[in-house]
Amino acid sequence: MSATTSTRPAPPAHPATGPAPRPDRKKKSRHVYNLVGVVACVVMAFPVYWLVVSALRPNQEIRSYDQTLWPSSITFDNFKRAIDAPNFGSAIQSSLIICVTAVVGAMLLSTIAAFAIGRFHFAGRKAFMITLLAIQLLPPTAMLIPIYIQLNSLGALNEYWGVIIIYLVSALPFATWMIRGFVINIPKELEESAMVDGCSRMGAFWRVIFPLLAPGLAAASIFSLINAWNEYLLAYVVLQDNDKYTLNVWLMNFTTSRGVDYGALMAASTLIALPVVVFFMLVQKKMASGLTSGAVKG
Amino acid sequence: MKAADPPVSVPQPEQPEQAEQHDAPRAAAGRAPGRRVGAYLPYALIAPTVVAIAAVFVWPLVKTVIMSFQDVGRRELWTGQAGEWVGFEQFTNILGDGRFWDVVWRTVLFMVACVVVTMGVGLFLAQAMQRMSLWIRLALTAALVAAWAMPLLVATSIFRWFADSDYGVMNMVLTKYLGLDFRGHNWWLDPKQGFLIIAAVVIWGAIPFVAITLYAALTQVPRELEEAAALDGAGAFGVFRYVTWPVIKPVFQMVATLSVIWDFNVFGQVFLMRGNKPEPEYSLLGIYSFEKAFESNSFSQGAAISLITVLLLSGVAVYYLRQLLKIGEVE
Repeated sequence: MSATTSTRPAPPAHPATGPAPRPDRKKKSRHVYNLVGVVACVVMAFPVYWLVVSALRPNQEIRSYDQTLWPSSITFDNFKRAIDAPNFGSAIQSSLIICVTAVVGAMLLSTIAAFAIGRFHFAGRKAFMITLLAIQLLPPTAMLIPIYIQLNSLGALNEYWGVIIIYLVSALPFATWMIRGFVINIPKELEESAMVDGCSRMGAFWRVIFPLLAPGLAAASIFSLINAWNEYLLAYVVLQDNDKYTLNVWLMNFTTSRGVDYGALMAASTLIALPVVVFFMLVQKKMASGLTSGAVKG
Repeated sequence: MKAADPPVSVPQPEQPEQAEQHDAPRAAAGRAPGRRVGAYLPYALIAPTVVAIAAVFVWPLVKTVIMSFQDVGRRELWTGQAGEWVGFEQFTNILGDGRFWDVVWRTVLFMVACVVVTMGVGLFLAQAMQRMSLWIRLALTAALVAAWAMPLLVATSIFRWFADSDYGVMNMVLTKYLGLDFRGHNWWLDPKQGFLIIAAVVIWGAIPFVAITLYAALTQVPRELEEAAALDGAGAFGVFRYVTWPVIKPVFQMVATLSVIWDFNVFGQVFLMRGNKPEPEYSLLGIYSFEKAFESNSFSQGAAISLITVLLLSGVAVYYLRQLLKIGEVE
């Protein structure tokens, strides 16, 4: 997978450096590509821009036929209405409890599993790895019905722990695969020399391997956190009380009501997207290579 | 891991002895009990994950199969009793239903359209990114990453707001700047137009991954080769076809396969756009099975449709896994 694992930035093709047969023509095409770049940039960024601008716009501008590109004044009224909407506080609390518990649990299980498949050769290792990949290709909506029925028979409907378990296990294949990539890059000799110096196998793991795995764990937990934070369907089906809704289900309530308050909806969406964007920026580079090497965004 | 293996090894990967030869701590090499523990350690380490995955993925999958041969409705769900066995009745009902086939064709059509546009635009952007000046490329990358980071729910809300019939920016631009009369136009009355909006969210959300990944693949193409081919008289298309394409082909195939799987399973964009209750004309396979299960309370029908979806996609999934095996990702 050498093609994607290194995201070395390509040197910008300076027309002067290459043995260009016809520099004038090359220069002209450069302008065309620059134009393509600008147009694509505007198209891709516009929805994000519109989200933030709509959130900051006064409400009378939102309810107007004549949408302007730039708001006449900036106001936080929309944010206030979003935060004052019922159950905002409890939704944040639910989201945090569910996501953090699920991610911490997933990291524990996936680290030891990743260590096993990264360090040992054992019968069934390859089958286990293929299973990890295959599971990520299962359509989540197809799994929803049996999972719902299973949670129902366990009495986990409308309980945090039902959602937590599903999020935790859903994060496992991705996280295990990703952490394994870090495990195989840690030289085995480090661990062995620690053991020669008197560490037990577990001691060598905790004192030598674990600190070196920290960046991998950070990246994997951010991915899992983003995925859990963005999940809405299972939470929507399983959690029934208004005060147990996660942020996404709470946001869905905005959209279902007749005559959507777009100002408040955009403000609430901005609040939900903000932490995701920040975390995403931190790990985006790894995401690009991770996805093609079998770790799949749901 | 290859480097850690002894230079001459008997190729018998299935034997646990070989594993401990390589991996058991040298310190424990002489002691038989220590060696035994070493041989079982990896299984102990993966055991929690295996159990968890079996409980949350494998068992529900088995359950899907079982349920789709039973009749599980609301009563069975609440009383906990097993559904009545009905054999292939669910399947014959579904496959004999004209509506189901409408949904399948709509899903396939929607998937193909989304994948073709996403891959086409993604490849074009990736190639353009190689040739544009540095600052524009950085700005474009930032925009791509921002779009990529948008949660599906938020992205869908934004596009819904774009397409709002009264205050949406789309109708405004079409009316004011293009001179068309789109004032108060409802995009959702005609499913063809509605699916344009839905496809726009899907494609907008998918392009960043495709473009950035293909761009990373394109940077691996040796520039000298492209230049040599151009000097030898190959046109732009020839250079792409014979120099660039062979290098990026594995990545392109992988990304395309993932796109097929993702776009076939589009659910949230439709569900949320239509206010959690999509009209029948907006049913894709995922929506259809969800409605059967949770609206009509026929969980068996829903499970059977899910099973059909999984089977339809399993060919694509196997292709994807084989690609990964071929390029040696699973080593």
